[in-house]
Amino acid sequence: MSFLEFLNFHLVPGIVLGSVYAVGAIGITLVFGILRFAHFAHGDMATLGAFIALALVTAGLTPWAALPVAMAAVAVVAIVVDKLFYDYLKARPKIMTVMASLGVALMLRAVVQVVFGVDPRTYATGIVRPDDYFGILLRDRELYTLAAVVLIVVGLTLFLRHSRWGKAMRAMSDNPDLARLSGVDNRKVTMLTWAIVGALCAASGFMLGINNELQSMMGWQVLLPMFAAAILGGVGRVEGAVLGGLIVGVAEEMSIFILPAQYKAATAFVLLLLILLVRPRGLLNGKVL
Amino acid sequence: MDLLGLANYAVFMAILIGIYALLALGLNIQWGFTGLFNAGIAGFFAVGAYASAILTSLPASGRLGGYELPLVVGWLAAMAAAALIAWPIGKICLRFRSDYLAIATIGVAEIIRLVIRTEGWLTGGVRGVTGIPRPFGDLDYMPSQIAYLAIVATLVLVAYLLVERQVKSPWGRMMRAIRDNELAAAAMGKQVEARRLQAFVFGSALMGLAGALFVHFNRSVTPEAIDPMIATFLIWIMLILGGSGNNRGAILGAAVIWIIWSVSELLTDRLPTEVAVQAKYARVFIIGLTLQLVLRFRPEGILPERQPGAPPHR
Amino acid sequence: MALLDMKDVRGGYGDADILHGVSMTVGEREIVVIVGPNGAGKSTAMKSVFGLLAIRGGHIVFDGEDITAWAPDRIVQRGICYVPQVDNVFREMTVHENFEMGAFLRRGDLSAAYDRVYGLFPDLKAKRKNLAGDLSGGQRQMVAMGRALMLDPKLLLLDEPTAGLSPKYMEQIFQITRDVRDAGVSILLVEQHAKQALAFCDRGYVLATGANRHEGTGQALLADREVAEMFLGG
Ligand SMILES: Nc1ncnc2c1ncn2[C@@H]1O[C@H](COP(=O)(O)OP(=O)(O)O)[C@@H](O)[C@H]1O
Ligand SMILES: [Mg+2]
Repeated sequence: MSFLEFLNFHLVPGIVLGSVYAVGAIGITLVFGILRFAHFAHGDMATLGAFIALALVTAGLTPWAALPVAMAAVAVVAIVVDKLFYDYLKARPKIMTVMASLGVALMLRAVVQVVFGVDPRTYATGIVRPDDYFGILLRDRELYTLAAVVLIVVGLTLFLRHSRWGKAMRAMSDNPDLARLSGVDNRKVTMLTWAIVGALCAASGFMLGINNELQSMMGWQVLLPMFAAAILGGVGRVEGAVLGGLIVGVAEEMSIFILPAQYKAATAFVLLLLILLVRPRGLLNGKVL
Repeated sequence: MDLLGLANYAVFMAILIGIYALLALGLNIQWGFTGLFNAGIAGFFAVGAYASAILTSLPASGRLGGYELPLVVGWLAAMAAAALIAWPIGKICLRFRSDYLAIATIGVAEIIRLVIRTEGWLTGGVRGVTGIPRPFGDLDYMPSQIAYLAIVATLVLVAYLLVERQVKSPWGRMMRAIRDNELAAAAMGKQVEARRLQAFVFGSALMGLAGALFVHFNRSVTPEAIDPMIATFLIWIMLILGGSGNNRGAILGAAVIWIIWSVSELLTDRLPTEVAVQAKYARVFIIGLTLQLVLRFRPEGILPERQPGAPPHR
Repeated sequence: MALLDMKDVRGGYGDADILHGVSMTVGEREIVVIVGPNGAGKSTAMKSVFGLLAIRGGHIVFDGEDITAWAPDRIVQRGICYVPQVDNVFREMTVHENFEMGAFLRRGDLSAAYDRVYGLFPDLKAKRKNLAGDLSGGQRQMVAMGRALMLDPKLLLLDEPTAGLSPKYMEQIFQITRDVRDAGVSILLVEQHAKQALAFCDRGYVLATGANRHEGTGQALLADREVAEMFLGG
């Protein structure tokens, strides 16, 4: 295999897939770090976002214009889900919230299946030929996906670094008791976190959909790689989630060199167990719950 | 349905309830008494199912197995196989909060599903394994069903008594103390890990046994027979609704939820086909919602955990 | 009237009481120290002021207002800041961001507050961009105090600020505590180094098993034979 073939058929797809995982993993790491539980409805929230975008596209919007609207919509959904199903559990052991989120996963998926059916769908029909950039083959949608991921990551990083509420979120993740003693309103941070996480879910679901097809099970299927990415990078670390996402994405695409293709999905699981075994804090020294 | 049909249906239901009761008991050891979150119950169930199927079934071309070994061997192997898979997962994940175990068990169930579909030489792939013997299978339909029910009921009873004895022992008291007090758990360190691992492995073995009972009842097994999320989730609801930490609650929950689930299936099957598909997913929505409602309004379940002197914790 | 007046406070974390009637006062511009054996309830007494446990009896009055069982953010706004015994900085935030979080409830120009804090802890000025978790124990303690001072409190609660520090840092922390007092802040301090703390405070309380045992000026307590035998190692 030539180097260019390797690049075009394995590395580039791996990076595109990895950036989508990264967006999902950022959301997981924020919930894990700030609200301190593993959010199992994350993947299905992404599915919901993808299908909301589909509804908007069907109504006449272009896919990339539908994305921000879908992000806003799922942000609201996430806040409502928290208020209805998670918030009342906050005084109980966190694992109860984990369980509730598993229930929410099932409910969100069922909503998608009832409303949109279970057949695969796409945002746009027809085959898109990739363009040639000095030998590297990229489709527009892949280019846009990478650009959108960069935009999201940079925007979120700036927000967390420099804004008042971004700092409050970091403080809550770092030391919740001290944050409360400093007068940070727990409820506001929680709500803000869910808004951001919901938007990120929608973005990752949309990007999965536009680079492949939409399916009611797709979010559940990417839950494990996204968790692996978040833990691999270090729980609570946004940069870690990006790094982890890229590693998992590329590793999945490379796995066919050592594993039968059917076991692509096992890559994330192996990475997860490995990192838990040798370095549970993740590559960038995150939290361990 | 005539009276005989009704009786047939009742026995059929009772057998499945028994199998689910075993699963719920297994989960009760893990979650109810130890606080371990197993989100891959279907995986351990499937491993047990296939292990026993492969060892005891009639020979078939194109796949391993057909050893026609005695049933008991198959059942013990089912438990051993599930335990063998649980052990390394527990070993790696039980050092951390149960969230990690939950993620890993979701992963395990997924991989087991992949293996079952992919490795045709072992599992028969999508065609599955057929020709699985059933004890008292050569009797007439009704006596055969009743005999199988007796076997399942006996095993549930044995499992119940075993688990009851275990949780009343110092082991069980210690497990509950660990579950209810993270600080105490941390102070006990290594020993806690070993105890948790025992609970996780033993619970998984029971789930494997339930899988074996399921395939010998059906005489065959295919990958479709085991829907990972729904199966796992149903068992969770059975335990939580019945009363986690209470073995009778686990069994009761299995009965209640399985009856509701099956009756709702009977109802949706009567709907016109246009809405039948949607109704199928609406049922899934309702089980998700049921869990939320139970967690919210009846978190201790129908039969709460009995703990003299201590306030209920979850 | 005293700035802080705790009267017969009883309560605990769970169902069992840890405090069985603790009373103490802190006056304006006073340094009051709490000493006592490990597990006596010193930290718990301090947390009770801050509404961090279930209070089942007694009253806490601050600056003429009953603040018993108020939420922490309200208490912060009322003018009490608290430096916990452990985990008292944001480890993954910079020194400067720690101070920013201290002033979270305050809007507007904070430059005077920063000047004041960096004035008290000049060593931290050069480290303002370092992560608090990377600092030495003594410097972390300073960050913790600085964070609490950003809101310009009337009363500062310090839980064992010198624990695990070298004598040099201990002296420095005591000196800064005095400076803070001189700037008009009252201070309630829990200390393990009872001898040194009693020597430099205005008044002190000895707590044991969740209740008052002795009280008096620092000098009087130091001179008390029973206190000396109990806690000062003779
Ligand atoms: N968060 C907590 N939850 C339950 N009990 C606690 C907690 N913190 C302290 N205790 C208990 O309260 C008692 C007093 O502790 P503390 O106030 O920390 O003592 P001191 O600060 O005087 O060493 C101890 O018996 C301790 O075990
Ligand atoms: Mg203390």
